[in-house]
This record gives sequence, C-alpha cells and structure tokens, in this order.
Amino acid sequence: MTSQVSSAAEQADGTVVGEQRKANGVKDVRRLDRVIIRFAGDSGDGMQLTGDRFTSETASFGNDLSTLPNFPAEIRAPAGTLPGVSSFQLHFADHDILTPGDAPNVLVAMNPAALKANIGDLPRGAEIIVNTDEFTKRAMTKVGYAASPLEDGSLDGYQLHPVPLTTLTVEALKEFDLSRKEAERSKNMFALGLLSWMYHRPTEGTEKFLRTKFAKKPDIAEANIAAFRAGWNFGETTEDFAVSYEVAPAAKAFPVGTYRNISGNLALSYGLVAASRQADLPLFLGSYPITPASDILHELSKHKNFGVRTFQAEDEIAGIGAALGAAFGGSLAVTTTSGPGVALKSETIGLAVSLELPLLIVDIQRGGPSTGLPTKTEQADLLQAMFGRNGEAPVPIVAPRTPADCFDAALEAARIALTYRTPVFLLSDGYLANGSEPWRIPEIDELPDLRVRFAQGPNHTLADGTEVFWPYKRDPQTLARPWAIPGTPGLEHRIGGIEKQDGTGNISYDPANHDFMVRTRQAKIDGIDVPGIEVDDPHEANVLVLGWGSTYGPITAAVRRLRTAGLSIAQAHLRHLNPFPKNLGTVLRQYDKVVIPEMNLGQLATLVRARYLVDAHSYNQVNGMPFKAEQLATALKEAIDG
Amino acid sequence: MAETTTEGTDTIEALSLVPKAEARQSMKDFKSDQEVRWCPGCGDYAILAAVQGFMPELGLAKENIVFVSGIGCSSRFPYYMNTYGMHSIHGRAPAIATGLAASRRDLSVWVVTGDGDALSIGGNHLIHALRRNVNLKILLFNNRIYGLTKGQYSPTSEVGKITKSTPMGSLDAPFNPVSLALGAEASFVARTVDSDRKHLTEVLRQASAHSGTALVEIYQNCNIFNDGAFEALKDKQSAEEAVIRLEHGQPIRFGADGSRGVVRDRATGDLKVVTVTPENESEILVHDARSASPTTAFALSRLADPDTLHHTPIGVFRAVERPVYDTQMTEQLDTAIEQKGKGDLASLLAGGDTWTVVG
Repeated sequence: MTSQVSSAAEQADGTVVGEQRKANGVKDVRRLDRVIIRFAGDSGDGMQLTGDRFTSETASFGNDLSTLPNFPAEIRAPAGTLPGVSSFQLHFADHDILTPGDAPNVLVAMNPAALKANIGDLPRGAEIIVNTDEFTKRAMTKVGYAASPLEDGSLDGYQLHPVPLTTLTVEALKEFDLSRKEAERSKNMFALGLLSWMYHRPTEGTEKFLRTKFAKKPDIAEANIAAFRAGWNFGETTEDFAVSYEVAPAAKAFPVGTYRNISGNLALSYGLVAASRQADLPLFLGSYPITPASDILHELSKHKNFGVRTFQAEDEIAGIGAALGAAFGGSLAVTTTSGPGVALKSETIGLAVSLELPLLIVDIQRGGPSTGLPTKTEQADLLQAMFGRNGEAPVPIVAPRTPADCFDAALEAARIALTYRTPVFLLSDGYLANGSEPWRIPEIDELPDLRVRFAQGPNHTLADGTEVFWPYKRDPQTLARPWAIPGTPGLEHRIGGIEKQDGTGNISYDPANHDFMVRTRQAKIDGIDVPGIEVDDPHEANVLVLGWGSTYGPITAAVRRLRTAGLSIAQAHLRHLNPFPKNLGTVLRQYDKVVIPEMNLGQLATLVRARYLVDAHSYNQVNGMPFKAEQLATALKEAIDG
Repeated sequence: MAETTTEGTDTIEALSLVPKAEARQSMKDFKSDQEVRWCPGCGDYAILAAVQGFMPELGLAKENIVFVSGIGCSSRFPYYMNTYGMHSIHGRAPAIATGLAASRRDLSVWVVTGDGDALSIGGNHLIHALRRNVNLKILLFNNRIYGLTKGQYSPTSEVGKITKSTPMGSLDAPFNPVSLALGAEASFVARTVDSDRKHLTEVLRQASAHSGTALVEIYQNCNIFNDGAFEALKDKQSAEEAVIRLEHGQPIRFGADGSRGVVRDRATGDLKVVTVTPENESEILVHDARSASPTTAFALSRLADPDTLHHTPIGVFRAVERPVYDTQMTEQLDTAIEQKGKGDLASLLAGGDTWTVVG
C-alpha cells in the first residue's frame, strides 16, 4: 500500500514502513516515511491558517517539513472562481527533506474551484477529501464542470472521500449561539481536525492557539475548538476513513539542539535584529509596504523594545532615503522591498555606493516585470541588483538558500555592509519568504561579532604637519572609508553624490581622479572576503549543477534522486553573487558540463558565462512556482546523458 | 559680522537635546574651506552669509549640526558649511533628513532645497515631512526658475513664462509654497527674502526655536536666468505697496505710514486689502501665527498677486505646537521597553513552540 507516497520520492524509497492491524472495530494505523498534503479552498476559506496550524502541529511533533503557501494577489477574489483559489502545501517526513514536494498525496478541496485548480498536480491513487456541500450545480458550472466530478467517474483513479464538511460543522456547532454563516466559517477547523486525526498530530497547540487568537471572543474560540474536535472525532468514527497514518519524528535528521518552525521572512527579520545586537548599532528600517516583503516591516515594528525604529515611508524612495539618512547617523540601516520597489530605489542605491555608507537592501523577489505576479516567486532581479543603476555602481549580493537560512544570510549581508561601508543586496524571494522549515535556534555566542569602530579623530597629516580628517581615506585592507558620524567633534565633513577627490572627499571633476575612484569602488567590492564555494561531489562527476538562492532545495532533492539511481553529479550553490567566491572559476573549469537551473531566463548563467568564459547551460522556469524535484532530476539526467 | 554670544538655546525646547558649544562661536567657525561657486551676484551668497552669521547665536556644538540638500544650485549649500553635511539626490533631502533626525535626536538637522527640488521632483517628500512634523528646518530657496539646468521654468514660475523649454510660454499654474505647506498641515511656515538680512535672520531664529518641521520659503534672486523676479519686493518704492510684514500679535498694516491694512470681507469671509481709515481701523486683522486653524494663514498666503507680487506677506504665517514625529517615535521605544522589558535576543529567537533533539 504505497498510495500515500508517490513513487517519485526524494529518497526514492517512499514506502509504507510499518503497519499495525488491530482488533475488530479498531482502525488500522500505517507508518509512512513522508506525506505531502495540500489544503485548497476559496481565498476566504482560511486555508493559509489551516496550513499554518497543521505545520505547527507537525513541527512540534518533530518531523522535518517544508511548506509552500500559494495564494492569489487579490485579497478576496470572486468567491468560487479558479483565480480565487488559495492553497497551502506541506511536506513532512521522518527524515530530512528539502522541498515542499512535487505532488500531493492528499488534497483537501473545499470547493469545486479548489478541486479543479489542483487535480492536475495529483498522482493517481492520491487521496482527495472534498467538501460535498459546496458541490452545487451553480458552483460547479462556475468553474466549468458540466457534470459533477464526484459522480461522473473522472476521479475513479483516486481515493475520494466525499465529506459534507459544512453541514457537519454547522451540526457540531448547533449548541453555540451562532448564525449559520458564522458556524460555517469554522469548517476549516473541522477539516484540520480530520487531517490531524488522520496523521496523529498533537492537538494541544491548535487549541491553545485558537484560545489566544480569539481571546476577546471566547465564544468564537470555543466554537472553533468544537469544530476542530468534531473533525477529529469524525475521522475516528466514520467508516469512510478506515486507516490513519503515522510519520515518525525525524530525530536522526537533525543535529542536537532546540528547534522551531520558521518562515523566511521571520528568519530574515530575526537576522536583522540579531545583526543590530551583534553590531551594537540601533536598527533602522525605512520601508514602504509591498508584497511579499511587508511581513518584515510588520515583524520589525513589533520589536521596538530592541531599539528597532521602523519608518513606513510615503514611497519606496523615501523608505531607502530615510534608511540612508539613518546610516549617515550611525544606525544599522535597512530597507525592505520587492522588485518594483528596487527599481524606484535605484538612484538612492547609487548614492549609497557613492557615499560608501553601510545599507541593507532586502529584495524579496516576485514575478515580474512591472507589477507582474505579486504573490508568486521568481529569481529575476539578479541582474537588476547587479547592474540596475547608472554609472559603475557595484553592490555586493547575498542570497539565502532556504527559509531558515534567511537568518544567517541577513547577518552575512550586515557583515559585508558594515565592514566594507557599502550598500548590500539581500536577495530572497516569495518562496523563501512564505515557506517554512524547522530551524535550529542558534546560541547567542555562536553569532558573529559585527562591532564597528566609528572614526574618532584625524586620520591624515598634511605636508605642513596639520592633522586632518579625510572622509575618503581608505583602510588599506578593505578599502573601506571611515564612518564618521555626526556628533563627533572635529570630523565635520560633507559627502555627496558628485564625484569626490580621493582622500579629501572634496568635489572633483578631474578626469584621472574619476577613473581612479571608479576603479577603486569596484576594487573594494571585488576584494570583499567571501568564503570559497564548496562542491558536493562524492563520485567525481563530469557534470556540475550550480544554483543560487531558493533553488537549493529542489536542486539538492534532484541530485539525491540521481545519485540514488546510480548517476554521478556534482552540486554547488552560491550564497555570494557579487563578488563571486574566488575559487568559482577553478571549480567551474573542473567539469565537462555546468548546468544552472534558475527561476528566470538565465541570469546567473549570463554572469558566469561572461565572467569565466564557461559554456554554462541554463535550465529555466518562470511560472511563479519553485522547481519540482522530479522535473529537475529529469533535466539534469538529460545533461548527464547528453 | 560681529561675534554673537552662545546664550539663548538653553530655553529652546526644540534644541534641548542638542549639545551646546563649549566656546563662543563666530561666523568664521561655520565657513568650510571650500570655495563658494555660485554665480557672482547670486542671492544664495546672501542666504549663506545670513545662515553662517546666525548659527553662532544658537550656540550648538557644530558637530551636532547637519545640513542635507538635494540637487540644484541651492543644494551646494552644505559644502560651504563647516558642519556635517550631505549633498544628496534630486528631491530626496527631506526623506534622508527624516531618517537622520528620527534616529538622532541629538542633532539639529537642516534641509536646503530649491523650488524645483522641493516642489517638483521632491514634492511628495516635502508634503509628507510637513505632515509628519519631523524635527527638521527646511530652507526652500525659491527663485522661480531652474538655474542649474540653465533656465527652464519651475513649478513656481508664473503662467506664460518664456523659457528655453517654453518658447511660447509655460502652461502650468504655479504652486504657492506657503499655501502648499499650510495645506500639508505644516506646523511652522514662513517666508522671507534673500536681500533682507535682518528679516531672514529673525525668521531663522523663530524656525530654529520651533519643535517639528519648519518650512522657510526664501525668495532668492537668480541674476542669470530670472533676474529681478522679486524686484517688486526689493525696490524701496514698490515694496511699500508690495510687502506685508507679518508679526504675531500685531495688526496687519503696510504701505507708507501703515496706510494700508488687511481686513476680513464680511460677505465672503476672505481677506482683502483696504486703505486704513478711522472707521475701519478697528477691523484691521491682528496676525495670529499660533491660531490652531490654518485657515487665516492660508488666506494670507493667497493675498499676493502671483504676477505683480503685490500684497506679498513675509514673516511667520504659522507657528503651532503639534506632536513631533521623532519625539513620539522615541517614546514608543521607551514604552515598549517599559511594557516588555529590554529586548532579549535569545528569548526572541526561541519564540513559542520549540522542540529539542537530543543526541
């Protein structure tokens, strides 16, 4: 009985690992190594909340997990339509996993639109739980079902569980003084209860969560808890659900430590707070709301007791402008945005390059161009981050690889900004931002020391012996200029976007000086000390797959599949996109073939080809979704075979 | 310029957090070593001299003073002040200064901008700085022309202006910066003139004493591209009819021997200029810059004829107390610490739901 796990498993062995048959009347319990569940419903059905809760239950149970929320850009798209479908996919396992999974084993479809929008992703044999109450003629017609898919045989290849979720929920809540409409709203909790029973999830966390969330409306809290329990009990008692499943904790997958579940945007926010503490500088965020970056603004605004100042500006330009002003004043300054916002901030980023002040520009990439796909993921801002400014304006780029890695990437971006006095791009994306995974909570003493020295006195002696302060006299090692903040006596100086004379920082239109300054600014960025790239190559492969950012999970999963199937492939993943690690060229030349999968049309490949004259092959997908491991494995196999 | 004493700022609440100079300062202390490069005869020289001459009066530690500018002729200003300074990008100075002032309350932050910088490319930042009431002093040099780009019409140029970019005359209706600022809920709005050193200094004095954003429009002559734009206000004879000097608590009278005055039109509620007579003398409006409502200040800002500049009020239109953004931001931080205790990183990272993996 392997229908719970598709054959396309990451470890290629997704099977039932144990089975218990119990006495008459007691249901079977089967043990699985991993499961992929997708909750899908209308935008207003609370699918994201349901998914979040199931994730928390799963995290506290100790499984490894990876999530993929997927929702429309509209807050409330027209009810019951295909564009209004919101879904949440969760992959959990008794071993370490890397992606939210390619194909769900279980689909919970709260209405016909959710079924229609998601059925194509389901392998035959998958379980489908549908809310039959919503399968009215009108609702089905709205999404183009001429006949009911529940009755016309089109779902014969699946294990269909028709459940009148709405009716059962309303029935369960009849003791409560609620209108029918209010009672119906708890149907997502009924579904959560049912799934929690099916997979033996702990329930205390959800009950506690509901009591806290509805603390001011205890009736609603109790109604939701009642619906949640009713869902659990329904699974326990109804004949239709004959089997429940266990997925053991992934104890062996995790190093010793204390863990929590964390999303990319939360990890990134914490990384910024941690960087502020480690640098002993106040954190200043200048930002303008934009999907999918706004959650960082929301999160940081909660931490004023850490001395965090959050400034919601009048526009993207003012967001970064205020941050740059705060950087001049000695704050650890950050601006958060997505691609369209980066476009607006470009001129100020150029100013920051010229002023040589530390500044973090966090770009949570989304589908583009223009407004594009606000809630979908993409990696197509790499060249914008790299080159999207007038003049020669190099900016270092750091990219996290997983949701939890956003924490470390934020600290690394801060290190570079503070050490080299430069704006730094932190390129996350919508998938990392909203996806989540377990995170080993670091000890504070493991965190890097980011303390800086502000300039305190003169740094130059003139020919006549006068001691002066030169704002553009550089550290010979890092080429960083001194950071002299207002309030420091004797170091009064003026900086600006006009070309400056080397050393003094005075305005200079001298051609030779400009040439020197352009080269020096470039040399400073090129000389940033970044760790060498590590290659995972156990079998001396001929083909290297190189990635960056959020493709780490799918690429690694694909590589595992290929190796399990007996193929050799090497893998390397870039955290630093500018400058590249010093050994990258050497690494690339060691392989006959280099394949670069990206969620864009080949931006890293373009950089690599230009820089190293290596015939890198691009493998691209720009559909707003992360790569699927199976699809990548197939593409990489072709590269190996070809 | 004679040396001025460093007394006075102890009592100014707006500057109470800014450290004081240890020794007496003179105008010379505020001059940087950079050669001033405006066109000979530019009104900016007079404003620079007035600001450098006024600064010692504040007696602030000059390392705690910052001038931030955008782009344009006036925006070269910070290079000439021996304080901290930033010559930023076009229109963005109010945004940059907001971040600086909001994160460093021990600084006295000044923005120097022009009519193109503040009202065209940077219009959005200006109005938002004004509504937020950040502790900034904004000096808006208005010469009604684009100087640095060599003579195109600006957002304050009169309709029909013939310039390089408008050979048949400009079509845009101009902004009145004072009206705009009042509409944006500015808590301090004033207007002065580059050539009137005494008046300019007095306005600077009042602006520095103001808590929150102060907007000072300075009529400034561009002798290259728009020479004589404010001649009506400067020529001694025409100024009598053209200039209305506003003083808080004083009847609004002007002209030879105060022969003219401003009264409220009973029919419309608007303001109008009348010749003062014994009959109407009691009706002359008494200027109230502290009025909670900006309505009368706005009406005053509309008195001037945009073409002839006749009946142009100068002085402080409005100076009211309003919560200051950076003060409140700091108070929120303090409150958060009171309520939740000083942030502890370890417990933040640990969060609520955790599990432990043992070896």
